[in-house]
Amino acid sequence: MIQAELSCKPQSGTAAARELFIKAYRLMLLARVLDDKLASLYRSGKIYGGCFLGRGQEALSVACGLSLRKGDVFAPMIRDAAGRLAFGETALDALRTYLGSRLGPMRGREGNVHRGRPKEGLLPMISHLGAMISVVNGILFARRLKGVTGTVGLASIGDGATSTGSFHEALNQAAVEKLPLVLVVANNQYAYSTPNCRQFACRSLADRGIGYGVQAVEVDGTDLAACLEVVGAAVARARAGAGPQLVVAQLLRLCGHGEHDDASYIPEELKRSHVGRDCLEVAAAQLQARGWADAETLAAWRAEAVQQVDDAVATVQREPPPDPAEEDWTAISSRHLIEVFPEPVEPVRPPCAFDLP
Amino acid sequence: MSITYLEAIREAQARALAEDPRVFIYGQDVGAFGGAFKATKDLAKQFPGRVIDAPISEDAIIGLAVGAAIEGMRPIVEIQFADFSTTGFNQIVNQAATLYWRTLVPCPITIRLPSGGTIGSGAFHSQCMESVYAHYPGLIVMTPATVEDAYSMLLEAVAIDDPVIFCEHKYLYYHLKAEKLPTEALPVGKARIAREGRDLTIVTYGAMLHESLAAAEELATEGIEIEVVDLRTVKPLDTDTVLASVARTGRLLAVGEGWPWGGVTAEVVARVAAEGFSLLDAPPQRLNAKDTPVPFHPNLWGAHRPTARSIAVAARNLLRL
Repeated sequence: MIQAELSCKPQSGTAAARELFIKAYRLMLLARVLDDKLASLYRSGKIYGGCFLGRGQEALSVACGLSLRKGDVFAPMIRDAAGRLAFGETALDALRTYLGSRLGPMRGREGNVHRGRPKEGLLPMISHLGAMISVVNGILFARRLKGVTGTVGLASIGDGATSTGSFHEALNQAAVEKLPLVLVVANNQYAYSTPNCRQFACRSLADRGIGYGVQAVEVDGTDLAACLEVVGAAVARARAGAGPQLVVAQLLRLCGHGEHDDASYIPEELKRSHVGRDCLEVAAAQLQARGWADAETLAAWRAEAVQQVDDAVATVQREPPPDPAEEDWTAISSRHLIEVFPEPVEPVRPPCAFDLP
Repeated sequence: MSITYLEAIREAQARALAEDPRVFIYGQDVGAFGGAFKATKDLAKQFPGRVIDAPISEDAIIGLAVGAAIEGMRPIVEIQFADFSTTGFNQIVNQAATLYWRTLVPCPITIRLPSGGTIGSGAFHSQCMESVYAHYPGLIVMTPATVEDAYSMLLEAVAIDDPVIFCEHKYLYYHLKAEKLPTEALPVGKARIAREGRDLTIVTYGAMLHESLAAAEELATEGIEIEVVDLRTVKPLDTDTVLASVARTGRLLAVGEGWPWGGVTAEVVARVAAEGFSLLDAPPQRLNAKDTPVPFHPNLWGAHRPTARSIAVAARNLLRL
C-alpha cells in the first residue's frame, strides 16, 4: 500500500512533476511577495503588534501545504505563509488578520500568525511552542474513533520547539497511538537569537525519532524538489498507516525572528553557506535549468503575484476595524452561563434648573 | 441501596458514554485498571475502545482532548490528581479556554480534577485548583459537594459546549453517601441554600460545605442559626443567591479549602462588599487554608485547612463584631 501511494508521486521529468514544481514555485513566490508587503506595512506602522516572515522557509512550507489534501489537518507555525496558501488559505485571510479587519477569520481578536479555520482543518496556533501537536493528535484520534480513515495531520514547528515538553509529550503520544501525524521541523539554525548549539546536543534533530519509535528523515530545506519529494513521501507513509513521521529540514531564516529583529547575531559565514541559499532563487534557477520557465515568465509570475497582493491589501484597507461597542465580550459559548461584571458607566447628566430656557 | 460520591461520578460517566457516542474518557490508568480511585471501574469493559489509557503527559492529554472537541467529540479527561493539572495548565488555560473566543468553535471538554486534602496526602496530592482556573476567562468551574451534585453536574459538564473544570473532592469520595441518584437538579450556575438560618451566612463549596454544616450544628446548640450557601459552581458564581442570604442575615463568612491569597472566598467577599454593602451589619470575613503547602501529618493537616471547629470560632467572632 505504501508502494502504491509512493508510485503516485510524480517522477522528475514527467509532466506531472513539472506542473507540481511550477505550482509550488508560484505559491512560494506569492508567499514571498505577501511577506514583503507585510514587512513594508509593518515598517509604515500599519500593523499592530509583530510581523513574522517565512523568508527562506518557503520551499519546505509549500511542500507541507501541497502534500496535504482537503480534509487533512494543518497546524502551521509562524513562518508558513507558503504552506497556508498551498493548503487553501487566502491572502485575504492573512491580510485581514494582520491589518485587523472585522471581516477576517479572527475579527480583530487575534492578529498576525494566530489565524486559522479549525473547521476547515487549519488550526490557529497559540504562542506556546509545541502546543499544537497534541491538538492535531486529538483530531486524528477522534477521526479514528469515528471510523474516518485516509486523512493525515501535519504540524509544523521550529528547532526551538523541539526543546519543549509539549513536543516530547505529543510525539510520544502520536507514536503510542500510531496516529497519521507528520511532524515537520524547520531547523532554521536559530530560535529567536539562540543557536542550535544552545538548543540541543544530539547530532541531528532527526535522531530524536529513534527515541519515540518514529521514522525520521532529513531534507535540504533550500531545495524545493527535495522538499516536495521528502515531505510528500512522509505524508504518503502516514496516510498509508505507517504511523507518525518526523521530517527535519535544514535551512536558514533569511530575516529576523520578527520584523523588529535585525538578526545581527547570524554570522555572515553562515549566510554564505549552503544552508543560507535562498530557496526561492534556487527554485527559479532550477526552473530555468530544466527549461520549464524563462526569465520573462518568471517576471510575469512575479508581476501577477504583486498584483494579487496589492489588490488584496487595497480591499482589506477599506474594511472596517472591530468595534468594541459591538464586540461580544464573552469567552464562552453557553450564553446562560455568562457572568456580567460591573463596568463604570458614564452618568447621564440629569436635567438641571439652569438648563431651562 | 446507597451510593457514594465516587460511585455517582462513575455512574454519570457510564450514562454519558451510553447516551452519547461522542463521549470518550482519556486519562492515566482509566482503562482496564479503572482509574486510581476507580472512578472509571469497568467502563473500559462496558464501552470498548472509548475509555483509553494515556501516557503520563498531562499537556498532551489536554491537547488531544481539545483536538477531539474540534472534531466534534465530547471528551472527559481524568487528571489523576488536581495537583498534576499544573503540567497541563498551558493547554487548559491557553488552548482550551481561548478556542471559542478565538475561532467561534466551541470546546466541549470536561476535565475531572480529583481535588482537595485527605489524610496523609501531602503537598502534591491535596491541592484545590478551582480558584486558579476560575481566574481564566473561557472556563466553567464546578465544585460539587453532594452525591446528587456529583452525578447531575458531571452530566451537565459533559453536555455544556465549553470547557468545564470539574473539581470533585477526594475527601467526599467514600465518606459521602446518598440513597439514590437524583432525577432532577438545580441548573448549573445556581447556588443552593444547604441550611437555613437568620444570624450569619456561610458561603462555601466542596468538602468545606460539610465542615460548615457541622459548625452550624454546633452553633445551633448555642442558639445561633447559621445559613449555609453551597455555591456548587464557582464560575459562574451565583451572586444573587449569596446577596439574598446576606440580606437575611447581615453577616458573611466565606469559607474555602484553598489558599488565602485571592481566590473564591475573596471573590465572594468582594462582590458582597461592592454590591451589598448596605446589607452588612459587620465586616465580611473569610476563612481559608493556611498560606503554606498542604502538610502531610494529620496533626498539621487538620490545623492547615478550615474545620468545623475553626469555622465555628470564626462565626462566633464575626457575631461579636
